[in-house]
Amino acid sequence: MKLDARCPSGPIEQRWSNHKMDMKLVNPANKRKFKIIIVGTGLAGGSAAATLSELGYQVDAFCFQDSPRRAHSIAAQGGINAAKNYQNDGDSVQRLFYDTVKGGDFRARESNVWRLAEVSANIIDQCVAQGVPFAREYGGHLANRSFGGAQVSRTFYARGQTGQQLLIGAYQALERQVQAGGVKMHTRHEMLELVVIDGHARGIVTRDLVTGKIESWAADAVVLASGGYGNVFYLSTNAKGCNVTATYRAFKKGAGFANPCYTQIHPTCIPVSGDYQSKLTLMSESLRNDGRVWVPTQQGDTRAPSQIPDSERDYYLERKYPSYGNLAPRDIASRAAKQVCDEGRGVGPGGRGVYLDFGDAIKRLGAKVISERYGNLFDMYTTITGEDPYSAPMRIYPAVHYTMGGLWVDYNLMSTIPGLHVVGEANFSDHGANRLGASALMQGLADGYFILPYTIGHYLATAKQPKVTTDHPEFKKAAEDVRARTTRFLAIGGKRTVADFHRTLGALLWEKCGMGRTEKGLKELLQEIPVLREEFWKNVNVPGSDASLNMALENAGRVADFLEFGELMVRDALDRAESCGGHFREEFQTPDGEAQRNDAEYCHASVWEYQGEGATPVRHKEPLNFEFVELQTRSYK
Amino acid sequence: MTTGKTMTLKLHVWRQAGPNAPGKMTDYVANNVNEHMSFLEMLDVVNEELTKTGEEPIAFDHDCREGICGACSMVINGIPHGGHKGVTACQLHMRHFQDGQDIYIEPWRAKAFPVIRDLVTNRSAFDRIIASGGYVSVNTGGAPDANALPIPKKDADQAFDAAACIGCGACVAACKNASAMLFVAAKVSHLSHTPQGKVEAGDRARTMIAQMDAEGFGTCSNYSQCEAVCPKEISVKVIADLNREYIKSSLLK
Ligand SMILES: Cc1cc2nc3c(=O)[nH]c(=O)nc-3n(C[C@H](O)[C@H](O)[C@H](O)COP(=O)(O)OP(=O)(O)OC[C@H]3O[C@@H](n4cnc5c(N)ncnc54)[C@H](O)[C@@H]3O)c2cc1C
Ligand code: FES
Repeated sequence: MKLDARCPSGPIEQRWSNHKMDMKLVNPANKRKFKIIIVGTGLAGGSAAATLSELGYQVDAFCFQDSPRRAHSIAAQGGINAAKNYQNDGDSVQRLFYDTVKGGDFRARESNVWRLAEVSANIIDQCVAQGVPFAREYGGHLANRSFGGAQVSRTFYARGQTGQQLLIGAYQALERQVQAGGVKMHTRHEMLELVVIDGHARGIVTRDLVTGKIESWAADAVVLASGGYGNVFYLSTNAKGCNVTATYRAFKKGAGFANPCYTQIHPTCIPVSGDYQSKLTLMSESLRNDGRVWVPTQQGDTRAPSQIPDSERDYYLERKYPSYGNLAPRDIASRAAKQVCDEGRGVGPGGRGVYLDFGDAIKRLGAKVISERYGNLFDMYTTITGEDPYSAPMRIYPAVHYTMGGLWVDYNLMSTIPGLHVVGEANFSDHGANRLGASALMQGLADGYFILPYTIGHYLATAKQPKVTTDHPEFKKAAEDVRARTTRFLAIGGKRTVADFHRTLGALLWEKCGMGRTEKGLKELLQEIPVLREEFWKNVNVPGSDASLNMALENAGRVADFLEFGELMVRDALDRAESCGGHFREEFQTPDGEAQRNDAEYCHASVWEYQGEGATPVRHKEPLNFEFVELQTRSYK
Repeated sequence: MTTGKTMTLKLHVWRQAGPNAPGKMTDYVANNVNEHMSFLEMLDVVNEELTKTGEEPIAFDHDCREGICGACSMVINGIPHGGHKGVTACQLHMRHFQDGQDIYIEPWRAKAFPVIRDLVTNRSAFDRIIASGGYVSVNTGGAPDANALPIPKKDADQAFDAAACIGCGACVAACKNASAMLFVAAKVSHLSHTPQGKVEAGDRARTMIAQMDAEGFGTCSNYSQCEAVCPKEISVKVIADLNREYIKSSLLK
């Protein structure tokens, strides 16, 4: 596997514009002769589909939900970053670039991050032009808030529903193109195979989730915008349908998978309440603008929070990280929460929780202001827990939230399979080992609106591949594989449900490949996961038929892929014998418990190559060079 | 470490094997329902039990389980989403039910939302209504600076209130005419409160209404049942915005 990142050289601020100049263009009249498949219509895929159709390409877009408006992006709460410097607080492209490289613990590619920061401002302009109702000040100008890992206020938001409003903007642009005839939207269709012909990605095989029909689709290029794999842990803040299938199937067809072990644990989520729990709910990071995080100083203190005087509270983030305080980045805030709970100072059932307290902010600003800022989040908390955060602090605990790892892509967002492009959370490129809050929405829309539309044109203009149809034997074979797999699931007739296997896998991974990882635990997982997988294929029970809507069957496919992918993630975590960002190997920490990187040996992206059923995948390296930001120990003290 | 009270519930659920198959209410007993469960978690538990006995689980749409994607859609004891103010079915928690209670669970019922299976319906008519005009006609690129055009906070807030619609279809399910008026009006109101969307407001109102009619949704008779069940509490005032844009543009034609 050859890893050529195709990063331009020269002054970093000129790289993207020079690169745009160097790329080949497709003549406007020829664009309609090219067909592009886009799998996933969240922020990344929806924006890409709309923009590519506007340019004149023919787009076939797919999602598994009943409407593109329901992609998981809809759930993003807090906001989207952009280097607008509207607050005049010293923000700039350079500062956003710097914060993102540092926030990612120096494991991202500089050229990509600069470009992301550079196009960030255009995203806000575009969204406002679409009618996205961002929060505004009384003077009519856009409002901003702060997010973790930054000392400027650069986050744009729409109450606590930023993802919803951005996605609706992209969805409307997409539906406009559906009406115009440039996009054919295939909802309730799940991609189950990628088709590669003569080394190029040429199409996909899908299952119609309503009729069960297995169909093949040919194109000149394929884009995966299928989101992240956080649900490998079963419990996460992701929507229930989020999965790794599209990217994992591509991995099995030769696409390199980069840094699968980089997973983000979000510090502020509602704690688990019982074994029946089906997902975890995020309480937006924006709450840390006004909420103060604390636990009792004494172990096992069971007094009600209001009975604990200030002198017996440990505001541990403010204590340990005075310059960032409650806005310390996610990886750091999560680990700090785990630490105090491990010390026996956690609160709530099971001692797995810390307080997020608005008492001081309410005293200072009044309940009305707090309700204006966070009302919907407070309501959500009350709905779920039955408790009132206006009168008692919220209880929160870290939960799996986002995945920085994903399919490896070059500067053109193309994977190691020519023609296969990957955008949004599904790729690995911009966040290194830890994503800063409000940067995923930025990256998804940067990829879809402003980067892919240029770079895919270059591929189409230069690839010069003959047209193929779905009669090609590779399509027939891929469709046959899908059919065989489906039949196999239905024939097992075992005793355990799909969800049961998924829960078991998730619990194993959370325990040994979650917030803290050790060589011993990871090695155990490499024994345990294959055993579980074997049992799955013998003992899972998938009722129903393949000729109708069958959600158990859909889930079986996703969990089967998680059972393989989980092992890859563990392998990567074991291989990376350092701590960085969201990847915390307990053996590698500083005396005060912070992540200890090993730049001499691990300043690279690890890219895994599939070697066939049962064979150990091979790890390749893309070295990371830091020319503009000096490698240093990340400090938020 | 499960805490909280448990209860037993008597469920009566609409089962329908496919779009053209006959459907009927089927009874199930849900045991060990914890008060902290969400309604969908309760159904998950029932489904796992059904699967173990070889019966097909109850199909229902869901995804985010946070009340924002609009996927979950079921009528609970006669009311879309179950009748708790501002709450979708996925956010409804079992602490609002009593031990031994009967619960009737049905799909959205509307000609324009045909049943696919059990509680799952086809709501793609909503996508087609948006495609008919629910957008600002702007291509990617070339947008002016976002702060070039200040928007009064009041307008931005009103736009947001309408834009909060999650497209779940509860409004249609609650309406005795199965009208999609609240859904259409929310979009028209959202966009007409922004200067960018104002330009096409009239055309938008007309094309979206025409599409709504073509999809087989009923007419609005101002019963306001839609507002009562809307999980995002969208006010019927948006319908006045729609009517205004519609009339203005019809007069100008
Ligand atoms: C609760 C929550 C809050 C968040 N808040 C923020 C925030 O405030 N700011 C921020 O920047 N980020 C936030 N994030 C992260 C951010 O929302 C996501 O990273 C981002 O939206 C992902 O967008 P995407 O387009 O890559 O993928 P998604 O939105 O997940 O879309 C994936 C698409 O792929 C489709 N798909 C997947 N697999 C298949 C398949 N096999 N076949 C067909 N279709 C498929 C799906 O149908 C869907 O259309 C949050 C995340 C969560 C979980
Ligand atoms: S599952 Fe998303 S709104 Fe209920």
